[in-house]
Amino acid sequence: MSQDVVIQSRQLTKTFSSGTAVNQLDLSIPKGTIYGFLGPNGCGKSTTIRMLTGLLEPTSGEIELFGIPIKHHEEALKQRIGYMTQAFSLYNNLTVLENLNFVAAIYGLKRTHRKARVQKLLQRYDLLGREKQLAGSMSGGQKQRLALACATLHKPELLFLDEPTSAVDPENRRDFWEHLFDLCDQGTTILVSTHYMDEAERCHALAILEEGNKRADGSPKNLMASMPATVVEASGNDLRGLKQSLSRHSTIVSAAQIGARLRLLVRQDINDPIGYLQSLSSSHHFELARASLEDVFVASTGGRHVG
Amino acid sequence: MWVSLARIWAVMLKELKQLSRDRMTFGMIVMIPLIQLMLFGYAINTDARHIPAGVVDLASNQTSRSILQAVEATQAVRFNHNYLSPQAASGAIVRGEVKAVLILPEDLDRRLLLHPNSAAQSTSTTLARPIGQWLVDGSDTLIAATVRSLRTMPLNDVSGHPPQTLPPTFEVVQWFNPEQRSVVNIVPGLLGVILTMTMILFTSAAIVREREHGNMEFLINTPIRSFELMLGKIIPYVFAGLIQVSIILAVGHILFHVPIRGGLMSLFGASLLFIFASLTLGLVISTIAKTQLQAMQLTVFILLPSILLSGFMFPYQAMPVPAQWIAEGLPATHFIRMARAIVLRDATLSSVEFDAFWLLGFILVGLLAASLRFRKKL
Repeated sequence: MSQDVVIQSRQLTKTFSSGTAVNQLDLSIPKGTIYGFLGPNGCGKSTTIRMLTGLLEPTSGEIELFGIPIKHHEEALKQRIGYMTQAFSLYNNLTVLENLNFVAAIYGLKRTHRKARVQKLLQRYDLLGREKQLAGSMSGGQKQRLALACATLHKPELLFLDEPTSAVDPENRRDFWEHLFDLCDQGTTILVSTHYMDEAERCHALAILEEGNKRADGSPKNLMASMPATVVEASGNDLRGLKQSLSRHSTIVSAAQIGARLRLLVRQDINDPIGYLQSLSSSHHFELARASLEDVFVASTGGRHVG
Repeated sequence: MWVSLARIWAVMLKELKQLSRDRMTFGMIVMIPLIQLMLFGYAINTDARHIPAGVVDLASNQTSRSILQAVEATQAVRFNHNYLSPQAASGAIVRGEVKAVLILPEDLDRRLLLHPNSAAQSTSTTLARPIGQWLVDGSDTLIAATVRSLRTMPLNDVSGHPPQTLPPTFEVVQWFNPEQRSVVNIVPGLLGVILTMTMILFTSAAIVREREHGNMEFLINTPIRSFELMLGKIIPYVFAGLIQVSIILAVGHILFHVPIRGGLMSLFGASLLFIFASLTLGLVISTIAKTQLQAMQLTVFILLPSILLSGFMFPYQAMPVPAQWIAEGLPATHFIRMARAIVLRDATLSSVEFDAFWLLGFILVGLLAASLRFRKKL
């Protein structure tokens, strides 16, 4: 994996009349990585992707793709990037093959290459035998594979995926990620936005976005290691009551019930979290737990969105 | 500007495939001109006939009955009601029961005898008085004019004398439509109205639909140029427009015997110009409208003046000058003028070159405006 930076943004800001959607975002994404944007709906994920693809003009800040400033070079860069939109954006009343052929022609693939390329993609994305089916009549997973095939038809070096798996069941999501790692293995840089923790965890690196601000970034492992809170799990009776009484303390960042346990994030400046919690509620049992990405997300967004 | 023919071709093929699967739109291309032509061809008639009328027959004799028969024989009016007094008759006009009432006075025979039109004697015109009186609901000018035309109807059928022919002040020779059938004038005008409606609506909706369905977000991220996208999208509708022109002309010729005097080449040349002008107008609308509903509303906004001001319904020359200026700004005005000239008066495209060049200019300005407005941003 070379260390060429594919996406570079400095102080990227987008202000709409309704407020700031993206605030002074700095990004530096190296070649060959899968980079995730994790955040709740409306955190600026889609707006950022639209600015990075040249769809939206930033209010201020700079973007460079492959070291080329995006401004004035949008059209030339479009041959090198692929984009899979949040909603299915191909033609429902065209067949699978017609959609692929259309996209191939738009990207200027030579007729001789086109057939082989389309055939290869049909095979890779398990669409063989469905060439004549209308795109609109396919399942969520099939549509998504077709969309990925169309977005990668011209072999882009950089692929943007905006919440690609929001309409797909877990099994299809797994397969989909296998495809992404295949692409990544061939040198494609991928930027994917999501609000699923398990998906974010698969990324090489990710940024946690909230209200247009980057709250944390790094690899999932590093993020979990450097989390500004300790994870403690409580068990015992009346967990709902315990949650209510603990939530009043500012030292408890978040409290969320998971089955028969209450998962607590305790502020990092509490040196002995178990002892501290025991002093708040002696009737419950507390033990330290391993941090998950969800904990990181909750801790870095201050528990405002989950739990 | 570097344009890729392959991309235009790809968009065009895609649009045709989508069109062939969209039965509703496909059906509309054929059915709209057919139905509208039947409707307007049979319904619009500027010669009012069989106007419901009443009679107040104060004479009530053989003469009055034969006069009523003679009046009905003109087919202008049909007597459905009898009233006993002029007061009762005017009440009926107010109620809308009849549009006109003929009052025949008691001294009808004497008046008829003295009347020059009865041709019994050509002297003593000073004593002559009208033999009856029409009361007309004048609010509809067409009906009033029809009844007014009965003012000087000959009475020789009634009096039984040979017709007395007076030389007219002017002789009028009616060219191109000697039988004065309004359908002859309507069919070429209908070309303009139907093409305005379908062409503007189809293109504006076609592009706005891509935006509404999210296809545009993907397309914007491809290397396609807005010019290529637009051209590819409108070319299929050019063929749709030509199909409509053929349907209207063929049905107009077969059903309504509208003569096609001019060359078909000239007519299709003029139609092509107008189709492109309407399509570019649709493109401009598509860059303004955000939803298909808005596109539809904007189309109606153009369509109404295209029907009312273009000369389709009312003569252009009868409009006040400011309205004529507005009409001059509508492509339909120029096309209807050209279509009538070519279809009815055997004109060629070169003899209506002002309108042809005007449409050409409109296309160029429209394409420029649409390309400038259509930016590949969200």
